[in-house]
Amino acid sequence: MKHITKAIMLVAVLGTAACTNPNRFGDDAYGAGAGAGAGGYGAGSGVDSGVLPGSAGDPTSPAYFSQAIGDRIFFAVDQSTLSPEARATLDSQAQWLMTNNDYLAVIEGHADEQGTREYNIALGARRANAVMEYLTSRGVAASRLKFVSYGKERPVEICSEEACYSKNRRAVTVISMGLTG
Amino acid sequence: MKQILALILALGALAAAPAPVAAQGGPLRIEITEGVVEPLPYAVPDFVAETGEAGQYAQQISRVVADDLTGTGLFREIPRDAHISRVSNFQSPVQFADWKAINAQALITGAVTTEGGRITVKFRVWDVFAGTELGQGMQFSSTPDGWRRLSHKVADQVYSRITGEDGYFDSRVVFVSETGPKDNRAKRLGLMDYDGANLQFLTGSQSLVLAPRFSPDGSRVLYTSYETGEPRIHVLDVGSVQSRILPTQDGVMSFAPRFSPNGQQLLYSMTRGSNTDIYSMDIASGSTRQLTTAPSIETGASFSPDGSRIVFESDRSGSQQLYVMPVNGGEPTRISFGAGRYGTPVWSPRGDLIAFTKQNAGRFHIGVMRTDGSEERLLTASFLDEGPTWAPNGRVLMFARETQGASGVSALYTVDISGRNLKRVRTPDGASDPSWGPLQ
Repeated sequence: MKHITKAIMLVAVLGTAACTNPNRFGDDAYGAGAGAGAGGYGAGSGVDSGVLPGSAGDPTSPAYFSQAIGDRIFFAVDQSTLSPEARATLDSQAQWLMTNNDYLAVIEGHADEQGTREYNIALGARRANAVMEYLTSRGVAASRLKFVSYGKERPVEICSEEACYSKNRRAVTVISMGLTG
Repeated sequence: MKQILALILALGALAAAPAPVAAQGGPLRIEITEGVVEPLPYAVPDFVAETGEAGQYAQQISRVVADDLTGTGLFREIPRDAHISRVSNFQSPVQFADWKAINAQALITGAVTTEGGRITVKFRVWDVFAGTELGQGMQFSSTPDGWRRLSHKVADQVYSRITGEDGYFDSRVVFVSETGPKDNRAKRLGLMDYDGANLQFLTGSQSLVLAPRFSPDGSRVLYTSYETGEPRIHVLDVGSVQSRILPTQDGVMSFAPRFSPNGQQLLYSMTRGSNTDIYSMDIASGSTRQLTTAPSIETGASFSPDGSRIVFESDRSGSQQLYVMPVNGGEPTRISFGAGRYGTPVWSPRGDLIAFTKQNAGRFHIGVMRTDGSEERLLTASFLDEGPTWAPNGRVLMFARETQGASGVSALYTVDISGRNLKRVRTPDGASDPSWGPLQ
């Protein structure tokens, strides 16, 4: 929980920075998929520009991890097997984690609401563990990873249709600062 | 659904017959068996206030008694404005003719006194058509804040005398109280009377809590909390409202706890890697034992009332199904074979049935089957029904029903094991994961 809290605080700080200085950094600096250099005033204005360290434009930042790489993968109904798309995302996650060794990750497993509560906790664990095993197989030290399942307790989409269910059947890799952070 | 809970009135013949001489016909009785029969008509005039202060309780107590009895679906109250006799003195002879005239087969009379900071309720039950008292008059007393419990005790006595079975009204339910939208829901443990009265909260909502379970004596509650970051099992003392984490493994998910019938052990699930298995723990010593070893998900374990067997859910066959095994391990026997998935099995306190949640074709059901899996009957159907818990007498199930869609909320319901008398339990906020405690 300590790690999760830190991650939340980090995001909160970044969010505050982006909100209190909108003109200086521009909206895009914190937006999804922003490339390096975006968000400045532009060339020729005589003002130096750069990406705010820690923003999504900074490839070493957790914000970049969650937004540019993608912090989550999705599962079929009652399944924990990794789709080709999921593997591609996890390949990038693994690469990032091995490049940014100061960070730890908690993999959160989730299920949609179509299941009983305790079974869904076990199912979410199966999904999170599949991600953890894959990341480990790609070279990430197991000691930097742990997982937890929330079952059906933490949906991100709330309609009772497959469009929402498919987004809730997920495993999310939550980056947190390591001891050196 | 033509099932079960049937009421055969042993005195049914009397309704049509002229008044019998004493000792003819059987005692007033509802046999809860197969078939469907009309609820038994009864009257409960306002209890007599024998002291000035008792006035504020007397009518309320008789109303709670009526709510309990009528709420079972086995009894039908004859409205008070139809009464011919007025009962103004508990000791006065009952005017049976007046109660027969309105077809009240049972009559409950009572009186309330207050003295020295105590409240006392006296009552008698009458078999109107036989013109006799059913059982003996009794009295219960407590401090005034216990007036609802006194009412429930009177109703339990009436229920027991007429059905021949234990009642369930003087009991409590621990559950999860829910507030907030689906994507930001706060949960905390709530404790209330079986009818939703006297609600209190046992935890705050800062940590996610799930699936509380009463100990057999009602003094403790097992529940799952995310306080440490991962789900872990805690045990809470109801009297002091103090809880402690159980010594399952640190940093490892453990959940789905259930007490043993003697309250000294629990069953629970623990996850290692992708594998969730069932373990038991001795609560006093903390020593644990692994009961299942399959690489699949095993969870939702529940003891048989004699403590010799457990029922649990497993997806070893490819989908969630129910299995029974000896408590010390051994080969599990699959007992669920119908279409769909089965989970959350709970053994009835009588030992004769297992209640479960079933998912099939996009619907959820609460159902019961015999402990060998035969005679499966579905009692409910909705978008999401889940997690049955047995009334102490094994005649009624409480469960959670969540409504569909973005604004969906969860509420508690009760249903007879016949599938009749589906009713919502009043809770001020959303509610889920009920666990019905013992008769107090």
